[in-house]
Amino acid sequence: MSMLYLENVVTLRLDAASCVGCGRCVEVCPHAVFTVESGKARIRERDACMECGACARNCPVGALFVKNGVGCAVGILNAKLGRTSSCCGGEQDCCCSCEPDTEKDNG
Amino acid sequence: MSVGCCCGTCGQGMSAEWVTGYLETPVGRVPRAAVRWKWRDRLGAWAVCWGIGRMRYTVPPGLYAVGTPQPESPLLVTANYKLSFDHVRRELAGFDAWVLVLDTKGVNVWCAAGKGTFGTEELVGRIARTETVRIVNRRALVVPQLGAPGVAAHEVARRTGFRVVYGPVRAADLPAFLRAGMRATPEMRRVSFTLRERLAVVPVELVSRFLPAAGLALLFAGLTGMSRGGYSFESRPALWAAAMVAANYVVGIAATPAMLPWLPGRSFAAKGLATGAALGFVLGWLSPEPWPDRVSVGLLSLAACSFLGLMFTGSTPYTSASGVRKEMAWALPVQGGLAAVGLTGWIAARFA
Repeated sequence: MSMLYLENVVTLRLDAASCVGCGRCVEVCPHAVFTVESGKARIRERDACMECGACARNCPVGALFVKNGVGCAVGILNAKLGRTSSCCGGEQDCCCSCEPDTEKDNG
Repeated sequence: MSVGCCCGTCGQGMSAEWVTGYLETPVGRVPRAAVRWKWRDRLGAWAVCWGIGRMRYTVPPGLYAVGTPQPESPLLVTANYKLSFDHVRRELAGFDAWVLVLDTKGVNVWCAAGKGTFGTEELVGRIARTETVRIVNRRALVVPQLGAPGVAAHEVARRTGFRVVYGPVRAADLPAFLRAGMRATPEMRRVSFTLRERLAVVPVELVSRFLPAAGLALLFAGLTGMSRGGYSFESRPALWAAAMVAANYVVGIAATPAMLPWLPGRSFAAKGLATGAALGFVLGWLSPEPWPDRVSVGLLSLAACSFLGLMFTGSTPYTSASGVRKEMAWALPVQGGLAAVGLTGWIAARFA
């Protein structure tokens, strides 16, 4: 299925000037947001970004910025209500139980 | 079979059936993990998907062997959520490999990486504590790609001398990845959200929302006794009210994920509204009650299914925090309004 979420909301930024074209962002992004063209990374599909922060964490020259967070309404609501700050804190059941790597099929 | 365990971080009564023996190494005995699942592993995997015992489903962190690994065998990293570890060891059947299990407090790789427990510090520290450098020749680590939000590959390389190779998203792709000389295809690098994967996260939602749903069912059933002439409880309308709550609980939680690609819009609250509209229509159609009651039930279904749709964002592999915040800003007031009007109408209908 298409995994494009809301248009034009994500905080992802790429500073092309400092990019060295190593391709780590292409390697770590689970939504194929990036490509490397003529020695520079390029944002190919911005709306596919889920702000996991893998690209920014692994960029060796700090050319990527993203305000990473978990896209979980329960977690955000709880944080607003001053309860556990994140989605998967403590005994809360929401995401995080069945790993996405359990099945390999492309239905 | 009871075994002694490494690292002093063992959980309660570790009678690890999945340890088949020990390998003598320069740093001592390394437990060898079975590559086949036993019934207990299968039962555990099923139970955690229903939210049973999930936070206690762990393996002790440390170094493990699969097969008969040599110093040049691949070294893979995973989390100490037992389901994560179980998938890795099962997919490594036929391979000789080292598996380094990080202490993620029993949380899976992706969620732990988001929180930073599956992270650079833990990885660097675990490599040092297990003296992994004395066991392996190859200075390369296969870190699951979904661990990347917590691990800075260049920092790990600088601090340990190990090059980080990101492995596939799905453990099921590990054999192909290893056979290809640690190369992942673009397909292996992308998360998927197939019907099967969408339905796999439904049970935990059903379990966690059961008590509130049961409470609401009882409340609505009880309220059906209200009337102009005082309170008189009758089982037929009470059962109908409870059934409507149950229908919203099941359809709102299961149908929206199942039909996700075909529901209109990208917003989950909007997709839930579509589900709620369909359900409200069907319930209104079937209802034996007069029209004010049926319209109110429709509004309540819209509110409930839209809210449950929004709650599902936490179970998807593609929603961003910025996006969820944006849709919450309009969706919560809309859902609250629909619920308030629906509830008022439904109560007023008792007195009509």
